[in-house]
Amino acid sequence: MSQDITPHSGIGLSVCGVSHAYRSLKVLDRIDLDIAPGEVTVLVGPSGCGKSTLLGILGGLVAPDAGEVVLRGEASADCLNPLTYVFQDFALLPWRSVAGNVALVLEDHKMDKAARAARVAEVLALTGLSDFARAWPRQLSGGMRQRVGIARALAVRPAVLLMDEPLSALDAQTRDLLLDEFAALIARTGVTTVYVTHNLPEAVRLGHTIVVLGRRPGRIREVIRIDTPLSERRLDDPAFLAIEARLWALLRDDAAEAERELA
Amino acid sequence: MADTQKVRFRAGGYQPDSKIFVSILSLVATIGLWQIAASLGWVSTQFASSPQAIVTSLHDLAVSGELWLHLTASLQRLAIGWVIGTIAGIIVGVLLGLFSIARSAGMALVSALFPIPKIALVPLFIIWFGIGEGSKIITLVFGVFFPTVINTLAGVDGVQRRLIRMGQSFGLSHWSIITKILLPGALPSILAGFRITTATAIVLLVAAEMIGAEHGIGAFVLQAGNLYATDDLLAGIVVLSLLGLTVSVIVGLLERVLLRWR
Repeated sequence: MSQDITPHSGIGLSVCGVSHAYRSLKVLDRIDLDIAPGEVTVLVGPSGCGKSTLLGILGGLVAPDAGEVVLRGEASADCLNPLTYVFQDFALLPWRSVAGNVALVLEDHKMDKAARAARVAEVLALTGLSDFARAWPRQLSGGMRQRVGIARALAVRPAVLLMDEPLSALDAQTRDLLLDEFAALIARTGVTTVYVTHNLPEAVRLGHTIVVLGRRPGRIREVIRIDTPLSERRLDDPAFLAIEARLWALLRDDAAEAERELA
Repeated sequence: MADTQKVRFRAGGYQPDSKIFVSILSLVATIGLWQIAASLGWVSTQFASSPQAIVTSLHDLAVSGELWLHLTASLQRLAIGWVIGTIAGIIVGVLLGLFSIARSAGMALVSALFPIPKIALVPLFIIWFGIGEGSKIITLVFGVFFPTVINTLAGVDGVQRRLIRMGQSFGLSHWSIITKILLPGALPSILAGFRITTATAIVLLVAAEMIGAEHGIGAFVLQAGNLYATDDLLAGIVVLSLLGLTVSVIVGLLERVLLRWR
């Protein structure tokens, strides 16, 4: 068991026999998976393996053709949105300032103005955005936009954080910086996290459990455990490089095939 | 070396710039030329008047109070007609953007009614609502309503689905999704529509006032024409031009304030 787990992160997810097809194209085939509370579960796989679809099903944004997802445990009392996404393309409202985007969901809940402002200030500080509260999204770099996405998600005190390739729209340097911040934030809040990526260093950096999905139909090919706490992981550690190599060996053929496919 | 050649910049042009000085000059020159032509007798002032005579006429009309009488009558119709048409158009546009049945039914009606030249309906509106204010305002409402519906719908359709999905994923209420995501997202398109509808409204206003009104700039221009008072007639047209200009400046300001996030 990882030492990152903090006692208040009580929500887990059970995926039972989930299948999904887009018309005749079967992307997920009878997936069974347990998402452990307080852990980071990373879904990796080649493009088209259905990992983003599975994440959509986990949070209720995609209706599965068969099977179901069940929440286990009880969210804390101040949780405003148990299953909370962080999107690849950030999905910020361009007509709202940074603080306005973070406050968006809070406005829908009965919360006095001072409490809301305090919550916004808290998550902006946590994500290093305090000086940008009044900026428009268009003024921000991609990395800063995704920090707003994270701040908005943390503001609702999520029980499960669902992250859909949150770094893939960013350049490599920004990605490395944000990856460390994610690791620190997740370790600190202890929130159950499901993280979709096709980037293997990201998977190894963040995952307690790495679920490797195969292609057509998407099935779980392997589940890899990493028990090292997030705060102690170094990407140049030979042990991690070995895991990366193993993941790549599992994915390589599928990835090559995906690459050669017509849309 | 003999066979060296400097690389020549070749990506210039195709970027027209706006030069305010030239703009002003072109206006001043046109008015000056007109005044000279009138003063030298090149054109008949009975038919074409002159800038000087028009200014004098405007001054007299302002002093006598006649100008304000007509202007307030016109502005009132314009404001009432445009506001009602715009509010109704935005509401219907959003409904068409939200609901399949409303869209299917509404689009058929809008497509059928939109191409009708609204001026052609004025006689019908007079039969229905009488020669008074009702028929004029309804003409404006009608003329403003359809373009507003179409622009609002286009705006709502243009709001990125990913933003709506974001709202849903955070459990926002329907009302919040409409007021905080759909409407602000559609606003650029709605405001672009304002440019069209304000211009349309002025055209229809003048037309309706010419068909039957005691007061209003359109009625004034028509009466001046009947009396061969070209000074007054052109003074009325200058007022309409200024009205159009003012309205477009207001819409521009509105865009700058409401869309400053862009």
